[in-house]
Amino acid sequence: MDFEPRIVGFLCNWCAYAGADLAGTSRIQYPPNIRPIRVMCSGRVDPIFILEALKLGADGVLVAGCHPGDCHYQSGNYKAVRRVELVRKLLEELGLEPERVKFVYVSASEGRRFAEVVKEFVEELKKLGPNPLKVKR
Amino acid sequence: MIEKADIVFWPVAMDTKYKDVERMENKSIDFCFFNGAIRTSENEKLAKLLRKKSKYMIAFGACACYGGIPGLANLFDKDEIFKEIYIENLTTPNPKRIVPKEKVKVKEGDLELPEFYDVVKTLDQVVEVDYYIPGCPPPVKIIEEAFDRLLNGKELPPKGSVLAPMKSVCDECPFEKSKKKISGIKRIHEVDKVENKCFLEQGIICMGPATRAGCGAACIKAGMPCTGCMGLLPNSRDQGAKMISALASVLGIEGEEEDERKSKELIDQIVDLVGTFYKYSLPAAIINRRVIKRRR
Repeated sequence: MDFEPRIVGFLCNWCAYAGADLAGTSRIQYPPNIRPIRVMCSGRVDPIFILEALKLGADGVLVAGCHPGDCHYQSGNYKAVRRVELVRKLLEELGLEPERVKFVYVSASEGRRFAEVVKEFVEELKKLGPNPLKVKR
Repeated sequence: MIEKADIVFWPVAMDTKYKDVERMENKSIDFCFFNGAIRTSENEKLAKLLRKKSKYMIAFGACACYGGIPGLANLFDKDEIFKEIYIENLTTPNPKRIVPKEKVKVKEGDLELPEFYDVVKTLDQVVEVDYYIPGCPPPVKIIEEAFDRLLNGKELPPKGSVLAPMKSVCDECPFEKSKKKISGIKRIHEVDKVENKCFLEQGIICMGPATRAGCGAACIKAGMPCTGCMGLLPNSRDQGAKMISALASVLGIEGEEEDERKSKELIDQIVDLVGTFYKYSLPAAIINRRVIKRRR
């Protein structure tokens, strides 16, 4: 069977989640590999969430927030960018592919972009293969 | 302490054998202070034996609590470690490429050595632990308070408690904290003169915000940043992740605008994330070892 990656998506309430919603209501097709989790702000995403998701076997983690300058809480998205960047660097040292974790900007009006982002990420993860931390059952 | 308690087993100071412990009745030891991480099968066997013989098991020191500095060996597996130590090390001539084996046959019979595990484990990954006393080494004040609590029959805290304050090192730090803004990361040897202000504000990574208090900020008072030996803060699952979170909030913030390149540049200046953020707690972390892909 083909490998279908599982992605945990942390989507910010004000932009990315609304963008994903728009993708849905506009009936834009995108792969069903993402499991969205709504957070109030991408700045709420603790690095622990990302590490835990990977530990529990997620093949990829997507953190999506507002475009620069658009954050509902002024600077949450900037913090999220830096957190994700640091986590990626940490993963590299721990022998995991940093490409498994990604931060993207998606606004509430970018339903199509959200679909594109997920599609791309699924393709990238298919190339990387399953998360080596995944416990075989 | 001698007046209050009999010491029944203390390998570094007394000549007691494992056999003596085996002969003791179960739960006959009141308190066992276990130090060191679990590296070999001998460590694990002794931890299990002492657990059986003791009423309370206390992880004593950073190694037993969170793996400690030896826990950084989890960046390598057994084969890599043996290769480095016994074969490639220049000061260890070993033309026959001999590495320790668990069993060796000699004329006189079989010789046995404990198994060297692939990973370093914390004490609570092999036996149930009642209390934790962290630190490298645990500060005298913390030990005194713990002994007072345990040996004088005072009310004991709930199982699993860390016998140290609930605050972070920053709380005990003498330096004034102002709004932080880091514009360049430096390592301590790259700084000519350490100023009397928060290390993070000077661009030196200090683990204070992600580390439990109890040491009285001893290193910081001596002019060195905190390296995190007191371990995780209460309600935290992962010391390094907490530090990443804290650091990301203060890196290169200039008002409200953001320059992504600038923060990426800053992040690139940080070297050895695992060694800095998990110096004492890698085996206790969420991802607690390097993922080593073996060729199939």
